Amino acid sequence: GSTLVVAEHENGAIKSPSLSALLAAASLPDNDSSVSLLLAGSGPSLHQAASHAASSHPSFSQVLVADSEAFKNPLAEPWAKLVHLVQQRGGYSHIIAASSSFGKNVMPRVAALLDVSPVTDVTAISDSHTFVRPIYAGNALSTVRYTGASPCILTIRSTSFPVSQKSVDSKSDKATISQVDLSTFNEDLDKSRFVSQTSRDDEGPDLGSARVVVTGGRALKSAEKFKLIEDLAKKLGAAVGATRAAVDAGYVANDLQIGQTGKIVAPELYLAFGVSGAIQHLAGMRDSKVIVAVNNDADAPIFQVADYGLVGDLFEVIPELLEKLPEKK
Amino acid sequence: MKIMVAIKRVVDYAVKIRVKPDKTGVVTQNVKMSMNPFCEIALEEALRIREAGLASEVVAVSMGPSQCVDTLRTGLAMGADRGIHVEAGDLLYPLYVAKILKKLVEIEKPGLLILGKQAIDDDCNQAGQMVAGLLNWPQGTFASKVVLDKEKQVATVDREVDDGIETISLNLPAVITTDLRLNQPRYATLPNIMKAKKKPIKKFTPEELSVEIKPDLEIVEVTEPPKRKSGVIVSSVDELIDKLKHEANVI
Repeated sequence: GSTLVVAEHENGAIKSPSLSALLAAASLPDNDSSVSLLLAGSGPSLHQAASHAASSHPSFSQVLVADSEAFKNPLAEPWAKLVHLVQQRGGYSHIIAASSSFGKNVMPRVAALLDVSPVTDVTAISDSHTFVRPIYAGNALSTVRYTGASPCILTIRSTSFPVSQKSVDSKSDKATISQVDLSTFNEDLDKSRFVSQTSRDDEGPDLGSARVVVTGGRALKSAEKFKLIEDLAKKLGAAVGATRAAVDAGYVANDLQIGQTGKIVAPELYLAFGVSGAIQHLAGMRDSKVIVAVNNDADAPIFQVADYGLVGDLFEVIPELLEKLPEKK
Repeated sequence: MKIMVAIKRVVDYAVKIRVKPDKTGVVTQNVKMSMNPFCEIALEEALRIREAGLASEVVAVSMGPSQCVDTLRTGLAMGADRGIHVEAGDLLYPLYVAKILKKLVEIEKPGLLILGKQAIDDDCNQAGQMVAGLLNWPQGTFASKVVLDKEKQVATVDREVDDGIETISLNLPAVITTDLRLNQPRYATLPNIMKAKKKPIKKFTPEELSVEIKPDLEIVEVTEPPKRKSGVIVSSVDELIDKLKHEANVI
């Protein structure tokens, strides 16, 4: 089989979740032949990402570059048409993308254009057509087999295919870079338009790939007091997360929400403060290596998944932690 | 303009899921079923658009076994004008949901099709994007705000994405899928529950809509996730720091 990985790039490099998709593609059995990486966008950043990818990442043989203003923004309509076009030319057995908001938005649309069922949010690959994905907020794992025609379309959960520094650094034979011929690309570009995207003041590590995550729940009581969580995160070099309740209450922005319908994280260390532990929240963090919970309610469900629990008032515990924890190295 | 809303009957969000011992699925017998929470938000949004005078009618659609009619009645009690029930088996993959919706769209000709972004049972997050692709309509997924311009026939949609909020604008007709913070769905009042009993529900089968159901996926098994081994309760911040340093080796 041959696999197409639909990748996202930023600042001249492949985004980390897309590297996980690449890793998943390389781990497909009977996939010795080839993995191609599709990059699209416009401007120098695109070509920088392409040449950077071609020379620094192993396990794929070809970079396909689609250079057009149509792909400057992540709109589903032109992107789905592009993947459809590339699939018609390449006849891939698999198409894989990360379960990022981009992959979730675009890949099912691609699958519909190709008249196949996609398998989304894959956490494990059993064989070339058999995959494991969580259902019911991770309270059950479903193993599904794709029995339809090619291509088999997947989105993968990047926390289940972690990218190590080694897999990124090891040099390989340089992959070839080729341009996608867009002369027959005729998407009606007027149906959807990009208007704007909020920008985040990017302090601290990315939530999806941070080694340590500090999360606050509604018990933080206000946006002002939520700063305690941010202070602790800073001290630990950690990313900040939040429960749905804390986001709904307006303490922090939506993109910090962890859970079934928010971000999925699996850091080395997860510290939850004032988090009750609803199943919808656990769905987003239950694969963390070490979980610490601090809550004044000894019966909070979060303690059932915590490796270390501390029953106490977070407004006393966090300042004490800030005082006693060592500075991050 | 007419708005079509797809609603799914799922295991209630508060039910603790149990996997069947024979690994064929999860226990759904004698379990409380409800409207998927994201579908409630989709229906609420449609009702608000109608109440703002920007739409004339809200049609709720549900697919699956006969009990889906109960879910449709809930939708009608919330305020949908009429319902459509497509009688189908329990397990209908999103590709077929999308194909059936496409046929219903061709019959009803709505200007807007609103769905929840995902169902909390299979967590697929696919149907909206797929029906948009089949119809060649633009899509605004994971919506946290929708503003309609009736004059220009344009919907401006705020989307919850990984890096924050993205705003896009779509020509109608379009597909929108709803995220959690779009609105707070209303409850059905008793008088409206009574009224809903008289509202019409039309029935279709996939065959009548010329949709052939031939799944290209099969479930091999459904299992319980690995259990985390039970942890310890520490008594002080000092003990916690000591454990994290010397036992877990994470700080």
